[in-house]
Amino acid sequence: MTIGLGHYLSVAAILFTLGILGIFLNRKNIIVILMSIELILLAVNINLVAFSTFLGDIVGQVFALLVLTVAAAEAAIGLAVLVVYFRNRGSIAVEDVNLMKG
Amino acid sequence: MYQAIVFLPLLGAILAALISLFGAHARNPSGDTVEHHDDHGAHAHAAVAHDDHGHDDHGHDDHHVSEPAAQGSRAAEFITTGPLFVSAALSWFALVDVGFLKHDARVAVLPWIQSGDLQVAWSLHIDTLTAVMLVVVNTISSLVHLYSIGYMDEDPHRPRFFAYLSMFTFFMLMLVTADNLVQMFFGWEGVGLASYLLVGFWYQKPSAYAAAIKAFVVNRVGDFGFLLGIFTVFMLVGSVDLETIFHAAPGLTGKTVNFLGWKVDALTLACCLLFMGAMGKSAQFLLHTWLPDAMEGPTPVSALIHAATMVTAGVFMVARLSPLFELAPNAQAVVMFFGATTAFFAATVGLVQNDIKRVVAYSTCSQLGYMFVAMGAGAYSVGMFHLFTHAFFKALLFLGSGSVIYAMHHEQDMRMMGGLKDRIPYTYFVMVIGTLALTGFPLTAGYFSKDAIIESAYVSHNPFAYYGFLMTVVAAGLTSFYSWRLIFKTFHGEPHDQAHYEAAHESPIWMLVPIGILAVGSILAGYPFKELFAGHAVEDFFRESLKMHPHIIEEMHHINPVIAFLPTAMMVGGFLVAWLFYIRRPYLPEELASQQPLLYQFLLNKWYFDELYDLIFTRPAKWIGYQLWKKGDGFIIDGFGPDGVSARVLDITRNVVKIQTGYLYHYAFAMLIGVAGLITWFMFGYGGQ
Amino acid sequence: MILPALFFYLFAGICVASAVMVVVSRNPVHSVLFLILAFVNASGLFVLMGAEFLAMMLIVVYVGAVAVLFLFVIMMLDVDFTQLREGFIEYLPVGLVIGGIFMFELLLIVGAWIIQPGTAKTITAAIPANVSNTEALGLVLYTKYIHYFQLAGMVLLVAMIGAIVLTLRHKANVKRQNINVQNARTPELAMSVRKVASGQGLQDADAAEWVK
Repeated sequence: MTIGLGHYLSVAAILFTLGILGIFLNRKNIIVILMSIELILLAVNINLVAFSTFLGDIVGQVFALLVLTVAAAEAAIGLAVLVVYFRNRGSIAVEDVNLMKG
Repeated sequence: MYQAIVFLPLLGAILAALISLFGAHARNPSGDTVEHHDDHGAHAHAAVAHDDHGHDDHGHDDHHVSEPAAQGSRAAEFITTGPLFVSAALSWFALVDVGFLKHDARVAVLPWIQSGDLQVAWSLHIDTLTAVMLVVVNTISSLVHLYSIGYMDEDPHRPRFFAYLSMFTFFMLMLVTADNLVQMFFGWEGVGLASYLLVGFWYQKPSAYAAAIKAFVVNRVGDFGFLLGIFTVFMLVGSVDLETIFHAAPGLTGKTVNFLGWKVDALTLACCLLFMGAMGKSAQFLLHTWLPDAMEGPTPVSALIHAATMVTAGVFMVARLSPLFELAPNAQAVVMFFGATTAFFAATVGLVQNDIKRVVAYSTCSQLGYMFVAMGAGAYSVGMFHLFTHAFFKALLFLGSGSVIYAMHHEQDMRMMGGLKDRIPYTYFVMVIGTLALTGFPLTAGYFSKDAIIESAYVSHNPFAYYGFLMTVVAAGLTSFYSWRLIFKTFHGEPHDQAHYEAAHESPIWMLVPIGILAVGSILAGYPFKELFAGHAVEDFFRESLKMHPHIIEEMHHINPVIAFLPTAMMVGGFLVAWLFYIRRPYLPEELASQQPLLYQFLLNKWYFDELYDLIFTRPAKWIGYQLWKKGDGFIIDGFGPDGVSARVLDITRNVVKIQTGYLYHYAFAMLIGVAGLITWFMFGYGGQ
Repeated sequence: MILPALFFYLFAGICVASAVMVVVSRNPVHSVLFLILAFVNASGLFVLMGAEFLAMMLIVVYVGAVAVLFLFVIMMLDVDFTQLREGFIEYLPVGLVIGGIFMFELLLIVGAWIIQPGTAKTITAAIPANVSNTEALGLVLYTKYIHYFQLAGMVLLVAMIGAIVLTLRHKANVKRQNINVQNARTPELAMSVRKVASGQGLQDADAAEWVK
């Protein structure tokens, strides 16, 4: 059968949902949260490119490229923060990260 | 001329007040931080049951001078005293002019209130009654001013004192020249205010300001009745103007008013309410408690306010409203009852007091009762006669006591005195004259007026006439006893305090001249005036200003001579008993007191009225206030209002804060729930667009 | 026609499966590896869609940089992965519910969408037919979207600086070079001439002082 736009969008939707589940279902460590965020961004990228392909508009791909850039930057910063946090607290277990408790 | 009489004291008061304000500022620009030694037997006086009036109760008239005199004191003294003497002279002239030459006047001053039906104008109503009062007020006031120059010579706050004295005089003059009830009330309240300020003149002393508050509050109770009376009259007549009321009065007899569910006679109700005001102001039985405590003020204040003028305001008011009272015999019965009871009651308490000023204060209370007995009998001019003469000899007695106190360097307890007649003979002489007048020694002023009252009570048609007669006669004997007791304890016998006795000396000339004049007045104010006030010339003299009971004067003159002689007999009897007790057998008083402890304590503690009022009124009032404060204000209003709201806010935030767990995934979860909700809402809420 | 579909389902399936494994793995290194697998498969999907440049970029950037970064950090942090904290099961039902709602809604949209008729006219930049994807992107990126391109560069710069600023720390016992100090050295600082007696050599005290 012809793989239409809907298929790609469904895949993206599933990936998106999995990324969200990954954020609050994980109890292991923070890195999994960051990885889940990457999954979400990946899903968005798939969406953008799918629309770009099926509408014949290159803008989608340009946008996806920029999202890629930002995702990389954000992953870098996130990990840097994590490293610094680990140096100060000695743990990256999710349940120990509650300094903002108020 | 009448404006001058009335407004000169006001002018003096204002100038002295200005001197006082600027002098005080110059003396202590950053605020008054004077400390007076306020522990000379000072205790909050209101309702402490005294078992034994020990050293504490003489309420020292003294305070150590711990600061220099106010600037401009001398100036203040003369600025007030001078105009007042002018006023006094003009008042005598006015008495002749109005009383004999019959030039009644009504002098308009200002329009005051014009509000719908209520039209009140400020005008001076001058008739004989007014003129008599003008004479009394201005004469006594001017003499008291003069006296105070000497008596208060060590006081650092003289400008304030003289300002208050003149202000009082002005208000009293407002009262007596009032053309309508509201103006009278203005003066009424003003003299109450002046009394408060003057009794509490040494306000650093707790007993003084407590007494001042007591005077004002008890007066207030009476004033409440007075106000209700004014309202009743206005409701009945539609005006507060005296002329209008008197014209309308005869038409109001028999009219009834719905009062708290009962139908009562309108005029009786109005007169009773108005008399309630007189009870408060003139310290009649039940509203008398403030008068003895008011002795905390300086002696000139006691002489002026609590002997001659303010307390007679009630008497004057009843006299002024005599047309109304004549039409309400039940009210007259009430008046006579209270007057007679007061006369007796105060005399009994005065028998055992140890403070020289308190004895004279109770004597005043008793004599006021006499005046009201006369009013109740319908013999208003006789009451006014006694007011006239009483002003002289009571002021004399007070000022003389002041002279004694001054000589004893502010010692007031009679038990510390004795044998002073050799040291201060002049004072002794005038005090004896005053006592003779008070007790009704033949040919003194008091003899004519007091006997006239007793005769009028005897012939009166008042339901309480016999009661009034009996009480006044008994009180005459008691009056004689305690008056001579005062003289004997103070001036005769052995000195009880050698140091004070040695240091006693005659007072300065400022004090001696007024009491001399008053002594002359005590003798001369009787005989020349007796026909005018209590004889055949009453009609001609008073004309419209008083409405007497139709035949009372006539009946008084046809009285049984035995009855007429009875007061004199009581006087002699009282004198003999006093002589026995204090000269001949000085051990008798103590023996009697120890054998009759209950009676003695009962009298000494003023029939326990202060304690009774404390129990009935003061404590419940304080309790209510406390409850309203703590529970009503604190718990309910604050609790459900600001405090409650803020506490609830804190509660809520404390609970909300628990959502801030610090866990990232909780936050993310919350966000996701929100997003899910939003999407759901958008998809289905928007009608599936 | 069947081959593209087959490849599609292959790539999509493995992508989803590895995404699940990312979340569920106990070992964080495993998680990263599965993430890499997901990326690679997504890249395959891109190729299927005809965006080969982006597919390669995905490999280069995501796998080559981001995932490697993740691995570095995991290994550096010495995470104790043997402890699996409880709580996964506790939140699972609620999480599944929320996730389920999401997915349901998204699929609903997917199934029910209608492309607006006038969309064809709103295309911003049509894909040229006769150039490669790379060239097509290049034609647009450096002309119409140059600002976004520069901004992206800015973002990367800021991220780089930020990462350095956050994590750099000077260890006390690490020797470092300061060029300016080195260049400013004068003979007086560098040398000290000593008189040495023959056969004696430098004394210990001298040496200690010199080393200082």
